[in-house]
Amino acid sequence: MAELEERPFPPGEYPVVVVGSGPGGLQTSYFLRRLGIEHAVLSADKSAGGMFRQFPFFQRLLSWTKPFGHLDRHDRRYEWYDWNSLLAVEPENRAIMAELMDGSSSFPSRPEMEQNLATYAQRTGLQVRYGCRWESTRREGNGFALGTSDGEYRCRVAVFAVGVAEPWKPDTPGFEDVAHYVDTREAASYAGKRLFIAGKQNSGFELATGLLPWAQRIVLASPRPAKLSVNTHSLLGVRARYVQPVEDEVLGGGVFILNASIDRVERTVDGFRVHCLRSEGGTELTVEADEVIAATGFTSPLLDLPELGVSVFGQSRLPSMTNFWESAQVPGIYFAGTIGQGVPGMKKYGLPSNSGAVHGGRYNARIMVDHLARTHFGHRPERVQLPLDGLVDYLLEEVTHAPELWNQKSYLARAVSLDEQAGPYDDGIVPLAHFVDEEGPPAVAITVETDDKGSIHPAVYVRERGRPAVETLLDPHPLHDFRTPDHRRRLADLLKGATAGAVR
Amino acid sequence: MALSPQQLVDTLSGLTLFADLSRPQLEQVAHKMSEESFPEGQRILRQGFTGSGFYVILDGEVAIRIDGNEVARLAKGDFFGEMSVLLGEPPVADVVALRQLHALHLGGPELEGFLSEHPTVMFRMLKTVAMRLRNASRWRS
Repeated sequence: MAELEERPFPPGEYPVVVVGSGPGGLQTSYFLRRLGIEHAVLSADKSAGGMFRQFPFFQRLLSWTKPFGHLDRHDRRYEWYDWNSLLAVEPENRAIMAELMDGSSSFPSRPEMEQNLATYAQRTGLQVRYGCRWESTRREGNGFALGTSDGEYRCRVAVFAVGVAEPWKPDTPGFEDVAHYVDTREAASYAGKRLFIAGKQNSGFELATGLLPWAQRIVLASPRPAKLSVNTHSLLGVRARYVQPVEDEVLGGGVFILNASIDRVERTVDGFRVHCLRSEGGTELTVEADEVIAATGFTSPLLDLPELGVSVFGQSRLPSMTNFWESAQVPGIYFAGTIGQGVPGMKKYGLPSNSGAVHGGRYNARIMVDHLARTHFGHRPERVQLPLDGLVDYLLEEVTHAPELWNQKSYLARAVSLDEQAGPYDDGIVPLAHFVDEEGPPAVAITVETDDKGSIHPAVYVRERGRPAVETLLDPHPLHDFRTPDHRRRLADLLKGATAGAVR
Repeated sequence: MALSPQQLVDTLSGLTLFADLSRPQLEQVAHKMSEESFPEGQRILRQGFTGSGFYVILDGEVAIRIDGNEVARLAKGDFFGEMSVLLGEPPVADVVALRQLHALHLGGPELEGFLSEHPTVMFRMLKTVAMRLRNASRWRS
């Protein structure tokens, strides 16, 4: 109750208003404060954590934290081992997740994750006005006015980190009687039941895995075959932790994974009758079930933002954004957290970014705040000059260890301007799609990429004056250590043109 | 442009490329391909870059540019990216959104299997590619 009694950020005018207290909202607030940009953080929840205050239903995350990496936990490079902690500049506020895990799994439990986020907010001194629900938005002057349950907030820039959190079910006849994933009951209540799960993504397989010990029979159905992450070489697809139902199916063990669309769901005296159309051939199939659960996903609760001009797309109703997570139609409206997955980036070989997860979104938030500060508040970040003779080693060290490049492969890159007079300047971590599409002075960007064979290798993008960036892929290394003489030679060759021969 | 699944299937059924597919097949297509949105000016395919994909335009317009020179425009119902994926080579052109683009995307590695599963789509794609080739030949002669 302490937070409710001493509620910060009363209604009024703020340069920036951040909506949401999940990982995206907290990370945004942290970096805004680092830059000295005054802002209010509003949340309808009672405490920090966002979706992790409730989900995943079976209480174990899909994102790893490995407490015992070979690096000090306060080293930036340790972030590769820790997908769940939020970023901080102060060493004592880094890698909080690793401190809280009980050793039973490299995947934290949901309560551990919730505690991780609450501890981060407390240690970094972030303030949130909890119990304050954003209800409406309108333009006012050069900014926006946000109507909330506590009153009106006016701001030049608004950041929405409201998650992809609204349960969504298709309008297929009969689905109105079907429970959504969020309505799943205690596992024991499914004992001996015939269960039908609509949806074959992680949430569907999470339920199937958790209910394997209880259900009599489990049918999972959706029109397309299930993808597995080990086959897609990315987080796209069902994660290894949830593959047990697949094995049960191939062994004939009471799990059925169907490629079928659901035509309608009918109530019966003691359950449901699900009418399906097989994807192959279109033949009808009827499945009797005691319980039907729609693991059909979530949408982004953007309320009236579309009426303001924010274009949304897809089943999740994600906003259309620039490469810096700003609304493509309404400048001054930004998005953070899982919504960031709406920016596709390069999407090479169809592989998505990890922007929908904490280990991707946390870096996006840092870049987004820098962009917001430069674009709307005139901030000019200090540029760091690099020694020309150390440039190749620096880039190869980055591509071997930089957590941003490994957690957001082919999406974020280390960029360096190659000014012929002043020498190289570190431009920091940038969205790769922005780098390769912008015109500018000679520059190089390096990142980690995965190809269609699963090979992980460095990719270098060199831009010479007046010409578009040229892509070159470097060789992979069996232990992902790219600091070899061959890599050094190859990269130096690539940089010769852009540095007028200064790098040899 | 947020379409419900039913609206998306309806939209797909009106596109020449998918004209021969049954409703369950269209639903499968809608589930297999991901919806993406690109702001005006964004490059979607990049000349000389590896790992590109296949796109079908649901709304909007793109320019095809070779070395910066526009050679064609595509709009709703048109597709692009298939040449580079099928040949296993980087695109020979940039494809740039001329206004907000809403498209369906299929990762390059999935295209071959997708076309094998839907031979009528492959046939219609082949016809379109043949027409593009014929038009290009006429233009040159």
